[in-house]
Amino acid sequence: MMALDVHDVSVAYGGGRLAMRQASLKVRGGSVCGLVGMNGAGKSTLFKTVMGFIPPLRGTVQVFEQPVIRAQKAGLIAYVPQSEDVDWNFPVSVREVVMMGRQGKMNWLRRPSAIDETMVEESLERVGMSAFAERQIGELSGGQRKRAFLARALAQDGRLLLLDEPFGGVDVGTSEAIISLMGELRREGRAMLVSTHDLGTLETFCDEVALIADRTVLLYGPTGEVLTADNLAATFGGRSPLHAPPPKQPAQQMEARP
Amino acid sequence: MNLEALLAPLQYDFMTRALLVSALVGTVCAVLSCYVILKGWSLMGDAVSHAVLPGVVISYLLGLPFVIGAFFFGLLTVSAIGFIQSRSRVKEDTVIGVVFTALFALGLVMISKISSEVHLSHILFGDVLGIGDSELWQTVIAGTIALIVTLLLRKDLLLYVFDPTHARSIGLNTGVLNYVLLTMLALTIVTALQTVGVILVVAMLITPGATAYLLTDKFSKMMWIAVACGIGSAIIGTYGSYFLDGATGACIVLVQSIFFLLAFIFAPKHGQLARRRQQMAERADELGEGGPPAAPRPVLTRVRTSSKGQASD
Repeated sequence: MMALDVHDVSVAYGGGRLAMRQASLKVRGGSVCGLVGMNGAGKSTLFKTVMGFIPPLRGTVQVFEQPVIRAQKAGLIAYVPQSEDVDWNFPVSVREVVMMGRQGKMNWLRRPSAIDETMVEESLERVGMSAFAERQIGELSGGQRKRAFLARALAQDGRLLLLDEPFGGVDVGTSEAIISLMGELRREGRAMLVSTHDLGTLETFCDEVALIADRTVLLYGPTGEVLTADNLAATFGGRSPLHAPPPKQPAQQMEARP
Repeated sequence: MNLEALLAPLQYDFMTRALLVSALVGTVCAVLSCYVILKGWSLMGDAVSHAVLPGVVISYLLGLPFVIGAFFFGLLTVSAIGFIQSRSRVKEDTVIGVVFTALFALGLVMISKISSEVHLSHILFGDVLGIGDSELWQTVIAGTIALIVTLLLRKDLLLYVFDPTHARSIGLNTGVLNYVLLTMLALTIVTALQTVGVILVVAMLITPGATAYLLTDKFSKMMWIAVACGIGSAIIGTYGSYFLDGATGACIVLVQSIFFLLAFIFAPKHGQLARRRQQMAERADELGEGGPPAAPRPVLTRVRTSSKGQASD
């Protein structure tokens, strides 16, 4: 079953200019899709569209063959924010953040049930954060912060996970732990859409890659077939950052990374 | 001063009423202040409180309860700010400034034009000692509604303030939560008008929350501390104003400011003294005085490679 089916979608924020033009993307259940492109190419717009923040002017977005709103109500979509988007001084503990993953499933008084408590414990355990459960989130290291929010997505038991720059500002150990966790989640049949700047590791965890440039999805497909020098060159406006030939002059290297 | 003198204010009916009303107002404002300061809506609170002025005047003209006019103008302000901001390149704080000063000025013109019976200074600075039966009931009803709604929705509001994207992704209606919070803000401001007046309402809406924020890292505790500050300052301020024969609203706000100042200096973890101690301790550790010796640095060496094409990056 398709976990995510973005079909021919165009969206706009307020003005006349489109923020996304006729983008299409499919992600199967039990697979990981990497989202690659320059800053401002449209990665975050695509995320916002999948989460229903901006209604499509044209085209459709379906999550597990349901409209986005229904999928959200069913708790199918879990979102792991970039570190920059979180207020780390907020007076909440790690456990409270993870419990927020369960909030959509609680009754209207939002009182956690025994199942909610168990899910939170298990999720903390799984990312190795049980010992830090009572810490205020600002007291965590960069890697622990990522793990805390991953635990929230686990507690939510989402079937489609959106991970925004999960490898931003984490050490190699955390990076590897996240990749192995993503492997486990994939075997459980969950789908993941992962935006990343780290082209080097794409092949280690992505089944598929989508290239985003100029407000649309240029191409998506199996990682090996998509990540060619020519394709990356077109995506990054010049030369592939992954296949850069040895520079003859330092000045040219600057040009290749706009 | 003996006990009899201290209890003297309580024999006056207007003092007991004032104490009860300001304690209620202190409670409602304190609960909301926790959300306002975390959401970064202090300026919005200031704006709404000033902008309700024409609403109060119009209510007077039409013979309606002042709460209704003030609440309507509060909502009007919030909508106008949202509308203009989404449709222009002007930054939010600028839009807020433009809208609320416009409405405040409109209110001042209306007052100067129409009547001497609406006492400007009572609206601007509050008059809890002279509160009438009708105003008392309006305050109690508006305050109770704001308190109950906010407390019932406290977890969803907290999630919305902390991480609206996640709130949205689990199917909460963030648009509705945004407007609920803004509406409660307007309702709370209306509640506090009679006590502290238009100009100082914003202090009630941010200072207790800010004080509590310095004192704890847990939201549930933060709310209790804010409420304690709110009630404490309301009672001390009202009481003090009797002896000082000074403006009650201003006295309440002054007590809150003192609470904040104390927290700013002495808070166990986020206060100035604690931060200073923490810095000194960390430095002492790093400098290796008494602390464990610093970990040895890894030794890195330069390696010269012969082939130029293999130069590592």
